[in-house]
Amino acid sequence: MSDLWEGIRQALWLLVTLDADLVEITLRSLRVTLTALVIACAIALPIGAYLAVRRFRARRFTIAFLNALMGLPPVVVGLIVYVLLSRSGPFGVFGLIFTPTAMIIAQVIIIVPLIASIAHQALRELWSDYHDLLISLNTTQRQRMAALLWDGRRALLTAALAGFGRAIGEVGAIMIVGGNIDHHTRVLTTAIALETGKGDFAMALGLGFVLILMAIAVNLAIHIIGRTEQEGRW
Amino acid sequence: MSTLFPLTLTRATIRRKGKRLVGPIDLTLEGQGITIVIGPNGAGKTSLLRMMHGIARLSDGDITWGCDLDTARAAQSFVFQQPILLRRSVRDNIAYPLRLRGIPKADARAQADEAGTQVGLGAMLDRPATFLSGGERQKLAIARAMITQPALLFLDEPCASLDGRATREIEEILQRAAASGTRLIMSTHDMGQARRLADDVLFLLNGHIHEHAPNPHFFDQPQTAEAAAFLNGDIVE
Repeated sequence: MSDLWEGIRQALWLLVTLDADLVEITLRSLRVTLTALVIACAIALPIGAYLAVRRFRARRFTIAFLNALMGLPPVVVGLIVYVLLSRSGPFGVFGLIFTPTAMIIAQVIIIVPLIASIAHQALRELWSDYHDLLISLNTTQRQRMAALLWDGRRALLTAALAGFGRAIGEVGAIMIVGGNIDHHTRVLTTAIALETGKGDFAMALGLGFVLILMAIAVNLAIHIIGRTEQEGRW
Repeated sequence: MSTLFPLTLTRATIRRKGKRLVGPIDLTLEGQGITIVIGPNGAGKTSLLRMMHGIARLSDGDITWGCDLDTARAAQSFVFQQPILLRRSVRDNIAYPLRLRGIPKADARAQADEAGTQVGLGAMLDRPATFLSGGERQKLAIARAMITQPALLFLDEPCASLDGRATREIEEILQRAAASGTRLIMSTHDMGQARRLADDVLFLLNGHIHEHAPNPHFFDQPQTAEAAAFLNGDIVE
């Protein structure tokens, strides 16, 4: 119990003094995860919309596969990305291993299925509402997807936040591909793992509280920007 | 505009899951006036309209227009029994078909404002569409359907579950549209409305056209016993 109090005290101290290392690590966490989130959304949201509007032979299989990928073990993703990016791997020439870019790639792979799957669930309902009208108006596939993505943007925010939550708290994959190098690829989660390993529980807890605070702050910020719960039901 | 017609249905049939919803229908419609489709529930009114419009796939038979199918599809609109509202403002709902045709946003919105005002939604253009009442929703749907200036407008019981005043307002809108040359094909349950609006009447029973006659003639001298019974308010099955 004393570890917990000490952790809270440490967290407050780190926050109040704006500890330089902490700020650096936190900003890197944010940068890596937000970049991964933007890229993942750009890939996953159109996939969700496509699965909602398009009937094709392998559709059911694709959706089931996507849902299964939501449970993708991050460590395995990290391992595969490591093998691909390592010096001797097929993409080794780009020199991406142990860089923030490698961490972003791993996080994108982890959260794309999650965002696409949640987006598909939300847009499927909207599509069943819109179906007759959009067919009647002779819309093209692209126009249908655009209408769903735009009118379903509030629901898609939830999908994006779920993706953010999974990416920001992820440690297994980015530890492998990033290497937890100080001042280079160390982020909050890998720092927590390191401090815990060193036995410095107070520091680890302090970083943990900062991580939680940041996750809450980002969620609130996105809600305020998206103005959910303010106007109308959508 | 006049090239759209004649609309010809040849043994057109829709079956779903082994059940025949409508047909086989043989029918030719010319390009003038208001056709009212009546008949008991389940007679196939909605299926007939959807089939003509091309949003329900034909199981059998053929539908041809006076022009090619793409031109025909672009020249018609459909108003559903339950208005389908986009999760947008009233203005953007009405402007949507124009936006689909690549008309710039400002221009489309200006036209939508005018169309909305014409159907009496002028004060609500900025509101989310889902805030509208039942009658207002249907007016929105009609304004949206009319904004592309279609040669042919389908309406599937547009006044079902609306009160007298809303019904009258919608009938006025429809009569104005018909007077300006839009061909209307509309189903209804309201015999008074059918009498007021129809140029000709299609009486559907069990998925078949039981009788097709011009307006006063059909109501005054129905040719079949079932039509007579239906007009009397008897239950026809």
